[in-house]
Amino acid sequence: MKEPQIIVIGNGMVGYKFCEKLRSKTSSFNLIVFGEEPRRAYDRVHLSEYFNGKTADDLSLSTENWYEEQNITLFLNNPVTKIDRELQKVYTANGLGYSYDILVFATGSGAFVPNIAGIEKEGVFVYRTIEDLDLISSYAKKAKTASVIGGGLLGLEAAKALIDLGIEKTSIIEFAPRLMPRQIDAAGSDMLKSKLADLGLQIYLNKNTTSIEGDDCITALKFSDDTVLDVDMLVISAGIKPRDELAKACGIKVGARGGIIVDEKMQTSDPAVFAIGECALYDGMIYGLIAPGYEMAEVLATNLCEGDKTFTGFDMSTKLKLIGIDVASFGDNFITEPDCRTIIFENKHKGIYKRINVSNDGQYLLGGILIGDATAYNLLLQTSNNRIVLSENPEELILGIRGGSEPAGAGITGLPDSALICSCEGVSKGDICSAVADGSCENIDDLKKCTKAGTGCGGCMPMVKDLLNHTLKSQGKYIKNVICEHFNYSRQELYDLIHIHELKSYDAVLDALGKNDGCEVCKPLVSSLLASLWNEMILKKGNDVAQDSNDRFLANIQKGGSYSVVPRVPGGEITPDKLIVIGEVAKKYNLYTKITGGQRIDMFGAHLNDLPIIWEELIAAGFESGHAYGKGLRTVKSCVGSTWCRFGLHDSVSFAIRIEERYRGIRAPHKFKSAVSGCIRECAEAQSKDFGIIATEKGWNLYVCGNGGSKPQHALLLATDLDSETCIRYIDRFLMFYIRTADPLTRTATWLNKMEGGIDYLRNVIINDSLGMAAQWENEIENLIASYKCEWKEAVENPAIRKRFSHFVNAPEDKDPTIEFVEMRGQKRTAEWKTV
Amino acid sequence: MNEKSNWLAACRVEDAIENGGVCVKHGEDQIALFYFTRRNEWYATQNECPHKKQMALSRGMIGSATDEPKVACPFHKKTFSLSTGECLSGDECAIKTYPVKVENGTVYIGTTPKS
Ligand code: SRM
Ligand SMILES: Cc1cc2nc3c(=O)[nH]c(=O)nc-3n(C[C@H](O)[C@H](O)[C@H](O)COP(=O)(O)OP(=O)(O)OC[C@H]3O[C@@H](n4cnc5c(N)ncnc54)[C@H](O)[C@@H]3O)c2cc1C
Ligand code: SF4
Ligand code: FES
Repeated sequence: MKEPQIIVIGNGMVGYKFCEKLRSKTSSFNLIVFGEEPRRAYDRVHLSEYFNGKTADDLSLSTENWYEEQNITLFLNNPVTKIDRELQKVYTANGLGYSYDILVFATGSGAFVPNIAGIEKEGVFVYRTIEDLDLISSYAKKAKTASVIGGGLLGLEAAKALIDLGIEKTSIIEFAPRLMPRQIDAAGSDMLKSKLADLGLQIYLNKNTTSIEGDDCITALKFSDDTVLDVDMLVISAGIKPRDELAKACGIKVGARGGIIVDEKMQTSDPAVFAIGECALYDGMIYGLIAPGYEMAEVLATNLCEGDKTFTGFDMSTKLKLIGIDVASFGDNFITEPDCRTIIFENKHKGIYKRINVSNDGQYLLGGILIGDATAYNLLLQTSNNRIVLSENPEELILGIRGGSEPAGAGITGLPDSALICSCEGVSKGDICSAVADGSCENIDDLKKCTKAGTGCGGCMPMVKDLLNHTLKSQGKYIKNVICEHFNYSRQELYDLIHIHELKSYDAVLDALGKNDGCEVCKPLVSSLLASLWNEMILKKGNDVAQDSNDRFLANIQKGGSYSVVPRVPGGEITPDKLIVIGEVAKKYNLYTKITGGQRIDMFGAHLNDLPIIWEELIAAGFESGHAYGKGLRTVKSCVGSTWCRFGLHDSVSFAIRIEERYRGIRAPHKFKSAVSGCIRECAEAQSKDFGIIATEKGWNLYVCGNGGSKPQHALLLATDLDSETCIRYIDRFLMFYIRTADPLTRTATWLNKMEGGIDYLRNVIINDSLGMAAQWENEIENLIASYKCEWKEAVENPAIRKRFSHFVNAPEDKDPTIEFVEMRGQKRTAEWKTV
Repeated sequence: MNEKSNWLAACRVEDAIENGGVCVKHGEDQIALFYFTRRNEWYATQNECPHKKQMALSRGMIGSATDEPKVACPFHKKTFSLSTGECLSGDECAIKTYPVKVENGTVYIGTTPKS
């Protein structure tokens, strides 16, 4: 018998999901899919990532051969144009007809474009497909100002994308009196508005656009209040319009405001025709989200395979994925008194607004809104969806438990196994935990592959991670991070063991805790731990050969084998006399000089043999080592601050010098850098540093865990308006926590990225002393500070160490004759590699 | 041939660096001499790292991989076996190694390479 034939119109997200679900259940049915777009179905939810470097291929939901492997006939670039329901045939753009037994509409929706005069002008776009994004990005190159009509979920996302495309002035025009009118209330909208303003977005509410001005290209928008806004381009994001035109044309029932009417089995008014996804109108509603669309696909696929599932509506909870601002709403977000009791927390200073709606008997969480901090979103959603009975103090849901801190992720233990964690793919807590427990998954990637959890919108990822870790831990599994073949410990374990056993040399550590002879991985690591713990001269006999080359010779080795000399210039402040000394020394020893990116001067091209005498002269003039070679404090950059600058709020130079002198010489898992700016104009770039300080009217704001380098990352605000003493105390704790716990060669930014609980956890440790370690750390760092000595001074004064700065053991006076320099712009530079 | 003329008196034992290397001048040539004190062994190799032709191996860290004694170049951390000269970082380049002997507190390097 011939297999029944299913035709799917639309190869979007839901159409694809339907194919996947159907094929996972059965190989019967001939399956034919027609797509209007030129490419295979892709992840529209993450469309904006196309602007952040993802390619169309990255976004694709399937591999190239998938349809073939699944025995599905896919036509792309070939929209269905006509349907004959009598003959049960569809006709496509190329004129051919195909018969169906079952027809599935998965045509999605298009952008709703309001009827505004001038809407056809060049420079007006919608935001729905990869092609739209290509058009936008090429037009954006010549645009300086842009607007988005529509302040909903998609509008905000489009506006953020325009900023990221480098448009200097971007604004959002919203007809309603508030942003995201479907998700958040007026108070939440106010908070969101001020956060968006910080991102550089202008927001106009209550604005009704009446015309689009310009000859051929758009130049301005005109509003009903007779105001005008000049713009070079416009993105329309005023809502969606279900693609029901084909259905309507062939007489299938559609809703008055659009949408193909379906019942709980996704069946339309024609029993052989179904509709799923954003084109389907169920119970008077279009679900403009992916999770309900996937659920519809599941319902239809199951029923076609003789199963029995019904669609009963879907939770419209959402979390906005706008980078940088948390916005979420869940459950019954707008319900108000007297139908419920609301608890609201608002912190204008930090831009946080949280509202939860609790049932009148105080038993259940009905819904809520989160702005500025949505870390609790997943847990709140689960609490409300699973009707988990609340504690006596439901306010703790948004305020945290006061008086003690709950370990991150503890809340997930209370969820039932049936709790739906990934609503896009319909994966429950039980599915995730058992995949981990039976050993098939040990990490997130495995888990994504085998359960599909987190592969849709990705909003559930934090919770999936928590569940993974929780299950692994409960099985006593713990993935150990050992250093190398010589030490079966993690850096943190080794730190504690060296401390407890009071070991002071590399050999002692190797004898007591390691095996064999060590290597270039564990040697510098142990040396760094010894330095962090005891702060003794790093070149003490025996320890010198366990140092990386740069530490061993207290200078960075360069191409060709010469070394650099970098004296410390705290805060970048230097007297003319000291500048003259640097100039004289550089001239005398024929060194190339350059102002570094760290506000000091580097002298390059010194012979190993000359290093001690160069340093002797510098030290005599009051300089000390700048530790440009060590994994320790580099520079504390400063801006000129209130001593000269008309905007300066405090004396940033003095504070930078104080900080630099406090932490100089301290060794850490990696180098660390700092800066102090005298006001928010931020000329010292403090927010790109491991810790950065910015003056405010009332004191200092402290930022932590920023990074320049290969993966730049802005520092996060740890605490605000601190006095100098408190600021230093927090830095003390921060540094010791980092020194004790970071993996080898991990900068603070990466350390934080790996930290469970992130900045909130860190803040709790540093400010609230949640680990009870603060006093000990402050004490330890005082010891390190007190034992600081300039290691170059010790090196030049100690004959045994000084002796090692010679190239030939059997000709100590001779310099390495193979080092070559050439001339460039009146100075020397090193010759090119003598490569093979 | 007179055997003695092939041995270069490099330095005194106390001038060598314990668990590290020194560089020995041999005419126009440079030889890296390692005193692997932990294993009570001496090794000598060419001082030039074949990777980017840098005179640097004597300044490298020594250690072991399973049992093989090795040195890591300070520039890009390529590692070489001290006993055979073979590159342990998967490159095609090997270094020359020389015999070493100690007599009456003086360290001698055999100037004809072993490999
Ligand atoms: C001299 C200088 C470049 C310059 O001419 O301006 C420089 C030179 C070197 N940098 Fe740098 N960095 C210099 C400022 C920076 C900056 C800018 C800053 O500090 O404001 C950065 C980005 C900021 C940051 O670190 O977050 C920077 C990010 C790096 C990185 C990448 C770190 C990362 O986290 O991705 C490395 C590689 C590493 O440390 O592993 C590096 C490594 C190096 C080394 C040490 C490479 C090496 O091992 O030989 C270079 C040694 C030069 C020498 O022989 O002395 N350098 N380097 C700058 C010295 C500043 C100073 O006074 O101490
Ligand atoms: C920028 C952006 C961000 C989003 N963010 C989120 C989010 O964070 N969370 C969330 O849940 N949802 C989000 N969405 C919504 C989500 O993408 C949609 O819900 C989902 O794509 C709907 O799937 P669909 O298959 O019903 O429609 P679509 O993905 O639109 O697919 C329909 C396909 O059918 C094709 N088609 C139409 N007519 C025909 C025809 N006659 N013949 C052949 N083919 C035809 C269309 O060209 C299209 O390719 C976002 C959407 C956008 C645009
Ligand atoms: S950016 Fe690269 S090349 Fe330039 S100084 Fe830093 S490490 Fe060297
Ligand atoms: S020069 Fe030795 S490893 Fe590159």
